[in-house]
Amino acid sequence: MRFANIGATVRRKWLSWNGFWRMSGESGQRWQDQLYDLLRRYNVTQFAYVPDAGHRILIDRSLADPDVRSVALTTEEEGVALLAGADLGGARGVLLMQSSGAGNCINMLSLAKGGRFPMLMLLSMRGDFGEGNPWQFPMGQAVEPVLQAMGVIVLRAEKPEEVNPTVEAALTMVFQSGNAVAVLLTQKLLGAKAF
Amino acid sequence: MPMRYPQGVDVAAAVAAGFVLDRCEAVPTLIGRAEDFLIVTGLAGTARDITALTHDSAQIYTMAGAMGGAAMIGLGLALARPDKRVLVATGDGEILMNVGALATIAVLNPANLSILVVDNGHYGETGWQKSHTSLGVDLEKIAIGSGIQRTRTIAQEAELAEGARVLREGNGTAFVVLRVAPAEPPSFKRNFDPAACRLRFRNALLGNG
Repeated sequence: MRFANIGATVRRKWLSWNGFWRMSGESGQRWQDQLYDLLRRYNVTQFAYVPDAGHRILIDRSLADPDVRSVALTTEEEGVALLAGADLGGARGVLLMQSSGAGNCINMLSLAKGGRFPMLMLLSMRGDFGEGNPWQFPMGQAVEPVLQAMGVIVLRAEKPEEVNPTVEAALTMVFQSGNAVAVLLTQKLLGAKAF
Repeated sequence: MPMRYPQGVDVAAAVAAGFVLDRCEAVPTLIGRAEDFLIVTGLAGTARDITALTHDSAQIYTMAGAMGGAAMIGLGLALARPDKRVLVATGDGEILMNVGALATIAVLNPANLSILVVDNGHYGETGWQKSHTSLGVDLEKIAIGSGIQRTRTIAQEAELAEGARVLREGNGTAFVVLRVAPAEPPSFKRNFDPAACRLRFRNALLGNG
């Protein structure tokens, strides 16, 4: 019986995350795979991340790709500095994190606002639509105002078909226009994690 | 030129703990030909060391904020340019702010990255308060524990040549702690505009494209 209960828990969590696996586009590919391909088409070669379920496919694809550097961080602010260094060397990077990581980046984003380093961030949201963990709300609800206070432009994607056009817009705003842009992958898109 | 100790610094305690080298001489000796490196510095002291050494040249990126970021900027640059040797020159306070970066760097272990910590055991820019390295914290041991395999602590003149070799050679990331006296760093006027310095660095390295 114990095992059956564990199975039920796993199944419930799986179902609650089914937003991850929704297909989009004519090819029937997962939108996460299309997103990885888009980033690579724009010559993004440094993938910095703090592990997060919402970015699992991007992280795994970057780890398996011999043409990119995948950088596991101990805290998200390391990634902001990493992307600045990549830019000094003429390379493009992306920072993948959960919404809670936005708070860890704030002072380091001085590099973006003061140094005008291009900065692309993808955030999987918590503390938002349908969240069941009260610890996630303080930072989740503060993501947009604190990033904006540091000069970061914030875009949101709420449906699978919105993700790639939004990230493609962000890629242009970052690497052509020299901005810092965060794309929020919302809980409407990803689904809320069950507890 | 004799070292200039700021008022209020306990020189006797610093000497007793092995913080004796003059950074104005030890840093240039350790680095040697600065043109061989792309250099990222921390704030204040090391920014002044490297600016004076290179006359604020275009192959350096100095900081005056974003404390804790120097080592990771160096990592991003080293990964982007495996054909160049990257030197991060930073202070004890700056590296202490983000020691997790040493773990991140050790995991990747790029051979073209060297980290030089000029450790004076103090926060010189904010009134010469003692830093953790004056109070028992050993940055080389933190680097070793993080997984960086090529490490040294240099505290005497006779050790400088060995430190210089470690910074320039080897098949993995190097980490050198240079223990120096809590005395004034060199003085040299530098550009404080982070965006202008970014463009200067990129134009020199990449051209205008």
